[in-house]
Amino acid sequence: MSSLTQSGTATSGAKEDGKAPARQKNLSRIGLAVAVIAVLGLIAAPFFVYPVFIMTVLCFALFATAFNLLLGYVGLLSFGHAAFFGGAAYFTAHAVKVWGLEPLSAIIFGAAGAGLMGLVVGVVAIRRQGIYFAMVTLALSQMIFFIFLQVPFTHGEDGIQGVPRGDLLWLIDLNRPLNIYYFVLVLFLAGFYAVWRIVHSPFGHVLQAIRENENRAISLGYRVDRYKLAAFVMSATIAGMAGSMKAIVLQIATLTDVAWQMSGEVVLMTLLGGMGTIFGPSIGAALVITMQNYFATSNVPVTVIIGVIFVLCVLLFRRGIVGEAIRLMKR
Amino acid sequence: MTMIFGIALPALLGQLLIGFINGSFYALLSLGLAVIFGLLRVINFAHGAQYMLGAFTAYLLLVHTGIGFWPALVVAPLIVAAISALIERTMLSRLYDLDHLYGLLFTFGLALIIEGTFRWYYGAAGQPYATPQLLSGGTNLGFMFLPNYRGFVVVASIVICLAVWLLIEKTRLGAYLRAATENPQLVQAFGVNVPLLLTLTYALGAGLAGLAGVLAAPIYQVSPLMGSNLIIIVFAVVVIGGMGSIGGAIITGYVLGILEGLTKVFYPEASNIVVFVIMAIVLMLRPAGLFGKEI
Repeated sequence: MSSLTQSGTATSGAKEDGKAPARQKNLSRIGLAVAVIAVLGLIAAPFFVYPVFIMTVLCFALFATAFNLLLGYVGLLSFGHAAFFGGAAYFTAHAVKVWGLEPLSAIIFGAAGAGLMGLVVGVVAIRRQGIYFAMVTLALSQMIFFIFLQVPFTHGEDGIQGVPRGDLLWLIDLNRPLNIYYFVLVLFLAGFYAVWRIVHSPFGHVLQAIRENENRAISLGYRVDRYKLAAFVMSATIAGMAGSMKAIVLQIATLTDVAWQMSGEVVLMTLLGGMGTIFGPSIGAALVITMQNYFATSNVPVTVIIGVIFVLCVLLFRRGIVGEAIRLMKR
Repeated sequence: MTMIFGIALPALLGQLLIGFINGSFYALLSLGLAVIFGLLRVINFAHGAQYMLGAFTAYLLLVHTGIGFWPALVVAPLIVAAISALIERTMLSRLYDLDHLYGLLFTFGLALIIEGTFRWYYGAAGQPYATPQLLSGGTNLGFMFLPNYRGFVVVASIVICLAVWLLIEKTRLGAYLRAATENPQLVQAFGVNVPLLLTLTYALGAGLAGLAGVLAAPIYQVSPLMGSNLIIIVFAVVVIGGMGSIGGAIITGYVLGILEGLTKVFYPEASNIVVFVIMAIVLMLRPAGLFGKEI
């Protein structure tokens, strides 16, 4: 498993030479500076860029960050995360449109639903490791796809359209662009911070130990399966939160969000940005969404471009953008 | 009319036949996946794309050069195998030393490129491919009507599966292959060209997918996305059977095809998901799969 994520973690970096702790401190200072600049940039962004575009990027960035919690920090490649993203989008869209639920409660409802799905899928999927885990999650998410295709509340091929944005806490009108933008930004930051906290908690360190050497973690007395399941449910819940936000922002929930292609896209975002890095998935998501927007109007097939980037990333560029940047700075 | 459990016998047999046909394709494809995985330790996500490529090659040969079904049955798989061998040599072979997930991700990207290109060029709609003249029409078996071509597919798939099984279990090449699966370094030390063996194995697996594609062309339409949903079911089949044995992959393929056909008769709503449900149950009871040896 250790070859999967080459980006140096705090512990492995410190082992290499005596100066490493100082560099590590430098690196985390740079990280903090990047975070502050990014947040300030995001606060100012809606005055310069089309807000719906940034909000879409934020939703997918959170989705990829949640996915990276599993791939980057536990070493589990889930090829079925679209089920949680798209499933939560359906739940939230239905709750808002049919039950008239308040948007924040609907998002919590969607994320909780995704977490529950994650529990069921996780219990089955963690029975296998490595590539089998990827195949099992892919197959189970395909099953969920067919279920969503057939149950009446999703409206099959049409999806749930015209989802109202509603009033946040019955007070703030989310139809105003700036209101919904800052609502989505706060949710994104909350989700992002949650992942950061999980990764840097004692629990997160156990997860990384499992990634590096599962057998050793078992022999140290950790109940590895429980840790994996907990991480899986957390990842599914936050991925669901991202899907719920997407349903409110774009006012639509469709089969595209639960299809396996979507699972592939989130893998690509994470791989491109840098798996096992905090900022990588968000950067990857921003690039992929920008690229899709750019090529949507042209004659070039997006699937082929995504495939080409996939192949290039795997062959030449396995650390991803942030992973390469960290490596250069460490030199 | 004869009834079984309240279902008309012809309807039951008809679905059983469809299940058996689907099972033939599951068996052929999971066989190819198992052969590739056995030696290369790569889950070939491009298997569905290679299946589609086989069908499309047959279609293009017919449209552009007038080459019919029978020659295409040989030529198309060879073309698919040659293209795949080239890809293995130039790109996939660089990933063997890394985590096995990279092989999966690489072949996933490959599948997107192949399917995306064909979809862009030919659209998502299916192209019909005529049944070969020799096998048109059908035979009345007394209890049901069997289209000749479908009967041929069932027989052909069994023959192909047996042939591959014999190749791997009974020939010298197969012995090298099995030995290299156990310990590639040692086999290399005995003077066997292992990298060549890897390339040939990938070409064999991909060629089998291409062959399945040609066989499928007259039954299902030739369309760019014909392989993409199929491959996920085949993954589930492979998880159920376990990758340990070639024979296990074949048997699981047929059995699941038939179970799926039966589900269509008794509870049609669940026919899309029955394979995945069985996979979940097998994973809970026997995580290594029915024929798996590991863990």
